Amino acid sequence: MIEITNLTKRYGSFTALNDLNLTIEKGTVFGFVGPNGAGKSTTFSILATLLAPTSGTAYVNGYDVTKSPNEVRKHIGYMPDFFGVYDQFKVHEYLDFYGASYGVPSKERKAIIPQLLELVNLTDKRDAYVDYLSRGMKQRLCLARSLIHDPEVLILDEPASGLDPRARVEMRGILQELKNMEKTILISSHILPELSEMCDYLGVIEHGNLIASGNVNHIENQLQAQKVLQVSVKNDVEQAVSFFEDDPNVQQIDRDKKDELLIHVSYDGSDDEQIELLKKAVTQGIPILSFTQKQSNLEDIFMEITKGGE
Amino acid sequence: MNKLSSLFINPVLNKEIKLRFRSFKSFLGILFYLAVCAAVCLAFIWIEGHNRNGFTANDSRTLFMLLSIGQMGLIAFITPGLTAGAISGERERQTLNILLTTQQSSMSIVISKLFSSLAFLVLMLVASLPLYSLVFLYGGVSPKMVLITFGLHLLTMLMIGSLGVMFSTIIRKTMVATITTYGVMLFFVVGTGFLYIFLGEIMYNLNQNPASTNQRWLPYISLMLNPGIVLFNSFEAGGLDYALQRMGITWPIWKGFTLSYIGISIFALFVSIMRLRPRMRSKKVKKKAS
Ligand SMILES: Nc1ncnc2c1ncn2[C@@H]1O[C@H](COP(=O)(O)OP(=O)(O)O)[C@@H](O)[C@H]1O
Ligand SMILES: [Mg+2]
Repeated sequence: MIEITNLTKRYGSFTALNDLNLTIEKGTVFGFVGPNGAGKSTTFSILATLLAPTSGTAYVNGYDVTKSPNEVRKHIGYMPDFFGVYDQFKVHEYLDFYGASYGVPSKERKAIIPQLLELVNLTDKRDAYVDYLSRGMKQRLCLARSLIHDPEVLILDEPASGLDPRARVEMRGILQELKNMEKTILISSHILPELSEMCDYLGVIEHGNLIASGNVNHIENQLQAQKVLQVSVKNDVEQAVSFFEDDPNVQQIDRDKKDELLIHVSYDGSDDEQIELLKKAVTQGIPILSFTQKQSNLEDIFMEITKGGE
Repeated sequence: MNKLSSLFINPVLNKEIKLRFRSFKSFLGILFYLAVCAAVCLAFIWIEGHNRNGFTANDSRTLFMLLSIGQMGLIAFITPGLTAGAISGERERQTLNILLTTQQSSMSIVISKLFSSLAFLVLMLVASLPLYSLVFLYGGVSPKMVLITFGLHLLTMLMIGSLGVMFSTIIRKTMVATITTYGVMLFFVVGTGFLYIFLGEIMYNLNQNPASTNQRWLPYISLMLNPGIVLFNSFEAGGLDYALQRMGITWPIWKGFTLSYIGISIFALFVSIMRLRPRMRSKKVKKKAS
């Protein structure tokens, strides 16, 4: 369970993370998508107690990251976007070292290390030097490392970046298994398709702002829509919603959080179809006060996060 | 109790020692060092032994001084290199973040890093102790003298090492931290000597009346911070008497040295411990006027 409220991080006058609000329930997989420099790693570093926020709060399993960082560390397994390894360690020594550093008793470590190696498919590399592992293997080893103290929450910063397609598939399989183990997983990527199949919820972040969040279908519809129509009515918003719902070009309808007579219609049709839509709405007697087209600012982002590759 | 022991028996220290001493190179290094020391001793004994009066207790004493000054120099010049990468090295290898998310306390990480960085040097010093028995053989130096010298060596190492770890923590780049540590080391080893001469001159020339005690402490402090001078004073008991008399200070210089070096070490380690992880003291968030 992660609760983030008004979380902000500034570097001097530059705002890397702006007023983030997010709740992630226990056992869900939450994907954090956004182009490079959006603020994903900043958020994760704060949750991992590696960075002090400028303002706002973040709780992991009820512990405040700034007030009880030590408790938070017990509950999270963190995998940074870039990390190094102690190259003179062998794979099992590497895991044993971190197990000891997390205070896992030696006996338990002996039992859990083979299981973790099994989970990340590195059993046959047990006695290999960490330095000689491929990038994908190191990535998987680091994931195994983050699990050594059996944390409930996993914070994985771009675990699949820099991997070739095969290694990516392998990583995805492991994450699926972790999901089955009922871990709360917060995972980031700058590529949407990488996350969409395995996440329950997605958050899209850009320039430090969370610009969309919700379940995966919701986000995808919102992102795919060409534009968003803002429609405000004088009364009977239900009638308006059901009218727009019937149009095949409407992807989805979001009610405004503040104004209950305002709806945001994610729309995919052409300009001509849009004119027809408005005409039809008026003839059907929907009391439209205003009808404005807001260029979806998600569009560019969508292009960026779906183009795939690096 | 448990907490204290975990400072000395903990995974970080364990790992460091294991990785450092895993390579055969370390042992070759020690072997080489001992070989050089032994060669110097034997050469000295051989040359002095062919003098008219043979190798006397006096010669043995000179050899001892030579050895301990050599080792002091070695410590001063090796310690910054060994310690100034302790934390920044992990940061540069991108292993620090992960270490900081473990349950290891900042204190145990810092202390382990210091001890493991110095372990090699200490081992070198300890391994060279038997060489000193050569010196005992000919007399002229008491075992107490050897212990005192060893203590001065350790204190110097601790102080420079702690500063190295501190710079390694507060400076991002190992390179810059190393240069800074060398600079500070040079201040202690060379700078304080010049400072003493400079301050002493000013004091004696401008202020003949012995009333102002403040000014007299300054040259004393610069003397006591210099490991070379303190080492020298321990060989030649009373060697600094005249200088100290002129300053009118009777407090033994080794006490000043010991206290200040321990103090500086504690300070440096404290700074490292506080700065290793981000400061999380939750500040009162100012509400924006809306
Ligand atoms: N220490 C820092 N000082 C100044 N700016 C920083 C620092 N760390 C990160 N930033 C900036 O904060 C923004 C967010 O970075 P980051 O969270 O790493 O993005 P992401 O992980 O989404 O790619 C970037 O524009 C980055 O340049
Ligand atoms: Mg990042």
